[in-house]
Amino acid sequence: MPIVSLSRIADARSGDKGEGSNVGVMARSDAAYAFLKSRLTTDAVKAHMHAINLGAVKRYESDSLRVLNFILADSLGGGGSASLKTDAQGKTHGLALLRMKLDVPADVLASTPE
Amino acid sequence: MARKEKVLVANGQGFWGDSLLGPIRLCREGPLDYLTLDYLAEVTMSILQKQRLREPSRGFATDFIKMIERTAPELVKKGIKVVANAGGVNPMACKDATIAALHKQGFKGVKIAVVEGDDIYGQLDELLASGETLANMDTGAALASVRARVSSANVYLGAFPTAQALDQGAQIVITGRGTDPGLVLGPLIHEFGWKPDNYDLIAAGTIAGHIVECGAQCTGGNYVDWRAVKNMAMVGYPIVEAYPDGSFVITKHEGTGGMVTPRSILHQLVYEMGDPKNYIGPDGTADFTSIAMEQVGPDRVRITGARGGPPTPTYKVSISYSDGWKALGQLTICGPDALEKAKLCAEIVWKRLEYDGCVFAESEKLVEFVGANVCHAGIDVAGASEPSEVVLRIGVKGQDKAKIDRFGYELVPLVTSGPPGVTGFAGGRPHATEIIGFWPALMRKDKVRTKVSLFES
Repeated sequence: MPIVSLSRIADARSGDKGEGSNVGVMARSDAAYAFLKSRLTTDAVKAHMHAINLGAVKRYESDSLRVLNFILADSLGGGGSASLKTDAQGKTHGLALLRMKLDVPADVLASTPE
Repeated sequence: MARKEKVLVANGQGFWGDSLLGPIRLCREGPLDYLTLDYLAEVTMSILQKQRLREPSRGFATDFIKMIERTAPELVKKGIKVVANAGGVNPMACKDATIAALHKQGFKGVKIAVVEGDDIYGQLDELLASGETLANMDTGAALASVRARVSSANVYLGAFPTAQALDQGAQIVITGRGTDPGLVLGPLIHEFGWKPDNYDLIAAGTIAGHIVECGAQCTGGNYVDWRAVKNMAMVGYPIVEAYPDGSFVITKHEGTGGMVTPRSILHQLVYEMGDPKNYIGPDGTADFTSIAMEQVGPDRVRITGARGGPPTPTYKVSISYSDGWKALGQLTICGPDALEKAKLCAEIVWKRLEYDGCVFAESEKLVEFVGANVCHAGIDVAGASEPSEVVLRIGVKGQDKAKIDRFGYELVPLVTSGPPGVTGFAGGRPHATEIIGFWPALMRKDKVRTKVSLFES
């Protein structure tokens, strides 16, 4: 199976939520959504973002929107005004997750627009 | 009053600091019934509270007055109504400054309403005594632990007081803290006569408000497929074309840059989202997963099917408090060996401070090498090699202001007493700035009294 970046089959946007951030992952096809629902687990996201997020990862699903929404509990270095980090609002966390490498089945790739 | 068949509500300001051109171009480049503007963030309230303590006529968003000065002729000529949370912690002073700005251009008889009741800073002790704990929603801690350091406390009000102000004939509505989606929901309640128990309609207005609340973020701003966004410089700010049955079209003025597609809207729908099935607002809950999106024309997406539920018995409260000090500075270090030398610079700073008895815990220190994968730390970035220069960004935080200031002395000296190729100290010596803590809490709605007052320029 070809190894591609998550960005090949999904979009993402992130923002701050208290001392953490949310990353909304938007699959670009039904096949991509079904694949990501099984493969893009909270464990996979936690491992990929290990140096950014120090807390738990929670996942919400929306089949109708083809969205997996991840809450990274501790990813802003304290959050708000207390953070010293460059990205104190988690604006770049969506693009960070889209860098994840995945072995995506060829039929999923074929049915998902670039 | 005859109800309109459809209403055009735009958002021209996604946050305090957004481009001044957003509202100006919305008024200028096409038809509009309402212009909504968001000026408040969690930390903003505390800054405004301090301004007001120093000067009683301040404490509101002054950008709003600049916007009124620039757009007044068009607002008056076209009869565009304005709803803005520009009041901050001093909505009456904001109203006075707005009237003064209108007078300067000779506009008399413009009706301005002020919505109050969100500011509970002066009633905090009374509320605590009456049994409200205002416990931190994230940590569960009681407010008593930081009470003495609290600098602002505001309830996120709903949209009905704004609708009431519009019912009374206001052309400009100035509020304090309310929810961002409420800026859009208020005009829809007023125009279509929606009732508090029309939960699906309230949800529709809330979702519409959420989609446009960050300005151009739903029309091509901050969009993953950024190469596909045409004329980003002149990106169109979003307009809700709303209908009485709760359906609405998201669009933008013709000829403006950017795009409106289901994909661009979905980008914003997930922004700062929690549970997509249960978005809690002061006037009801909204189920984001209930909507259907359809492209019905160029830059026109129709949204239908929004469902919602009854509101909770509590308001969310935004409390800010003084939470210590911080200082941050940066230096640019050129190659050869840019990264290695930048690491040495950081090490030197900590050692020199330590020699002088100024030691910081790991959790109080920050070192970043900007240019060497700071934002995506820990993630394998293809093609990354030794950068030809990096920015050393180094900082500390803590409760002792003198100690934070002491740190600031050890950065610039590296230019002459560190490795070669250190520069970029233009900001000078970093000083301690105050950390404003954010304390989210809940309180019973029946303890909040809102008030709507009407004035004329």
